[in-house]
Amino acid sequence: MIWRAALLSLLLFGLFIAVWHLAITGGGPAATMDPEYAKLVGATASQGKSAMPGPADVAFKIWQHLKEPFYDRGSNDKGIGIQLAYSIARVMTGYLIAVAVAIPIGFLIGMSPLMSRALDPFIQVLKPISPLAWMPLALYTIKDSSLSSIFVIFICSLWPMLINTAFGVAAVRKEWLNVARTLEVGTFRRAFTIILPAAAPTILTGMRISIGIAWLVIVAAEMLVGGTGIGYFVWNEWNNLSITNVITAILVIGLVGMVLDQILARATRLVTFPE
Amino acid sequence: MRNSGKPELRCNPAFFHKEMDARSTSASTRVCDALAPGHDQRMTDKFISIEAVSKKFPAPGGGATIVFEDLWLSMARGEFVCIIGHSGCGKTTVLNILAGLEPPSDGTVIVDKHAIEGPSLDRAVIFQSHALLPWLTVMGNVAYAVASKWRSMRRNNLHRQAQKFIDLVGLTGAEHKRPAELSGGMKQRVGIARALSIEPKIMLMDEPFSALDALTRGTLQDEVRRICLETGQTVFMITHDVDEAIYLADRVVLMTNGPNAVLAEIVENPLPKERQRNDVHRHPLYYGVRNHIIDFLVSRSKNFAEEMKGASYDRRHVPVVRPAAAPSAANSASAHSPFAERDGVRELQSVRRRAEG
Repeated sequence: MIWRAALLSLLLFGLFIAVWHLAITGGGPAATMDPEYAKLVGATASQGKSAMPGPADVAFKIWQHLKEPFYDRGSNDKGIGIQLAYSIARVMTGYLIAVAVAIPIGFLIGMSPLMSRALDPFIQVLKPISPLAWMPLALYTIKDSSLSSIFVIFICSLWPMLINTAFGVAAVRKEWLNVARTLEVGTFRRAFTIILPAAAPTILTGMRISIGIAWLVIVAAEMLVGGTGIGYFVWNEWNNLSITNVITAILVIGLVGMVLDQILARATRLVTFPE
Repeated sequence: MRNSGKPELRCNPAFFHKEMDARSTSASTRVCDALAPGHDQRMTDKFISIEAVSKKFPAPGGGATIVFEDLWLSMARGEFVCIIGHSGCGKTTVLNILAGLEPPSDGTVIVDKHAIEGPSLDRAVIFQSHALLPWLTVMGNVAYAVASKWRSMRRNNLHRQAQKFIDLVGLTGAEHKRPAELSGGMKQRVGIARALSIEPKIMLMDEPFSALDALTRGTLQDEVRRICLETGQTVFMITHDVDEAIYLADRVVLMTNGPNAVLAEIVENPLPKERQRNDVHRHPLYYGVRNHIIDFLVSRSKNFAEEMKGASYDRRHVPVVRPAAAPSAANSASAHSPFAERDGVRELQSVRRRAEG
C-alpha cells in the first residue's frame, strides 16, 4: 500500500516534470530579424524561447543554492540559507511571544465564563483583521521593519492558539474536574495536572494552525518590509526577472512549511491520549 | 401511621432499636416495645445526617422546579446504604450534595459532626463513568489521589500506598497500563482503588456497576462487599439493580419519582450480614424484600403522594420497614424465620421505626 502510493506519487511527479519540460520547449524560431536587433530583444523574443525556465534549469539552480546556501555578497545577494534563517528566526520569535500570550489568556477565558464574555467582542473584531493591515501601524509605532514583521507574525498566530486554548480548557470533561474537586486539588495544581493535559491536544492543534498561518504571512510581510528574509528574496528575484530563483524559493517555502507543520503534528500526537 | 399498602407490609407500631456500631456483625435489631420518644436520641449514631435538604432549579416559565425538598436521612458509621428510585428522581443530586459537588438549595449535611462545605477528601466518590484520567496510567491515577491527600509524601511511600490499593482490587500487574487499555470492569476497579486509597470516611458510589456486564458486575460486587466489610467503610450507593441493593446494603432507601421526590421508605435488609452471593437468593426472606422493592418501583413510586394522603407521613421520620418472607411462603417463613430466630428478633411482619429523635 505504502509502496504503491509512493510509486504513484513518483509517477505523477515524473508526469508533471515531463509536461513542464514539453510546455516550455514549444515555439521554435520566430520571425527572422536583424542579428543586432535580436540581441537587443533577447532570446525569448528572437528565438521563441520560453521565458519560463525548464525543470533542468531549476534543478541546476537548486544544486547551486545547495552547494553554497550561506554566501553573503552584499545586501541584495545573500544565499537562500541565510534568507531562510532570517525568516525562520522572525517566525519563531513572533510565534513564541504569541504562545506566551495566547495560552495564559486562553486559560483565563476557558476557566472564567465572565472573562470569556468580557473578552469575546475584542477577539471577534480583532481576529478577522488581515495581519498585513497592522503593518503600517507597526512600522509607525515600532519604527523598525524587522520588528514590525515579528509583530505581524505575533498578531496573526495569536488568534488560533487563543481560541483553541480557550475552547480546550472550557471543554475539559466535567467528571475530571469533579475528580479534582473531590480530591481537594488546588487551582494551580488543577490547571497543570488536569486542565493542561486534558486540553493539550486542542491547544497543540491551535498551535499547528498558527505556525501554518505564520509561515504564510512571513513571506508577504517580508515582501513589504524588504531587506532580508525569504519573502524579500522572492520579490528581489522577481525584480531581477530570475524566474528560476522564484521557483526555487517557492519550493523551499513549501518544504520549510511542511517541516514546521510536521513538527507540531508530532508534538500533538505525543500529548494526545486515547479514551 | 401508614394505613394503606399490602397486607404483609402492615406496620407494627413497635419501635426497635439498632445497635450503635453497625460494623460489629452481631449488631442487629432489637425490639423495644415501648421506648419513649426521648430515648430515641441515642438510637442512631448519626455519622452522616442529611437535614432538611432541598434542591430547586429556576423553572423556564418562572417559579422553581423542586427536585426534592425537606429531605432527612441519617446513616450510621460502617453502614452500607443503597438508594433506589427511577431515573430523574434526584438520587444523583442527593449523592452530589453529599459529595459536596453541588450545593443544596436549602438545609445542611452533617458528616462526623461537621456541616459539609464543598467536596472533601473524607468523602470519596466512585463515578458511574469511572472518570479516570486517560493520560495517566493505573498507578498514575491512584497515585494522583494519594498525592492529593498526603501532599508532602515521599515518592516511594506514595507508590507503596497506591500499590496497596491496586493490589486490593486485584489489578496487580496492570499498574502501567493506561485506562484505554483496560476493560470496563478493570477501569471501575481503578476507580474503586482510587477512592479507597485516600482512606476516606465515606464512599459515595453513583451506579458504579451499571455500565458493566453481568459477570463482571457480580465479581465487583463481591469485591466491594469484601473490601467494605474489611475496612468498615460507610457507603452510600445509588443503584437501579434491586438484587445488587439487597446483596450489598444494610438499608435500602426508596425514593419516589420526581419532581418533588420524597424518601418513601427505608427498607431494613433482613438478611444476615454475612451473606453469600451464591445462596443469598435462597434465603427465606430474600423474595419478601425483593418483591417489596419491586412493588415500590413498579407502582408505589409514582402513586406515593396519593398513598400518603391522609396518613401521617413525616419527612423527618421516614418509615422504616422490614419486609417479611414472600407471600407464598409467608405462613411458614414469617413464623419461623431462621434469621429471626438467630438474631432473636421478634417475628415482625413489618416494623416501622422512628428513625430519629
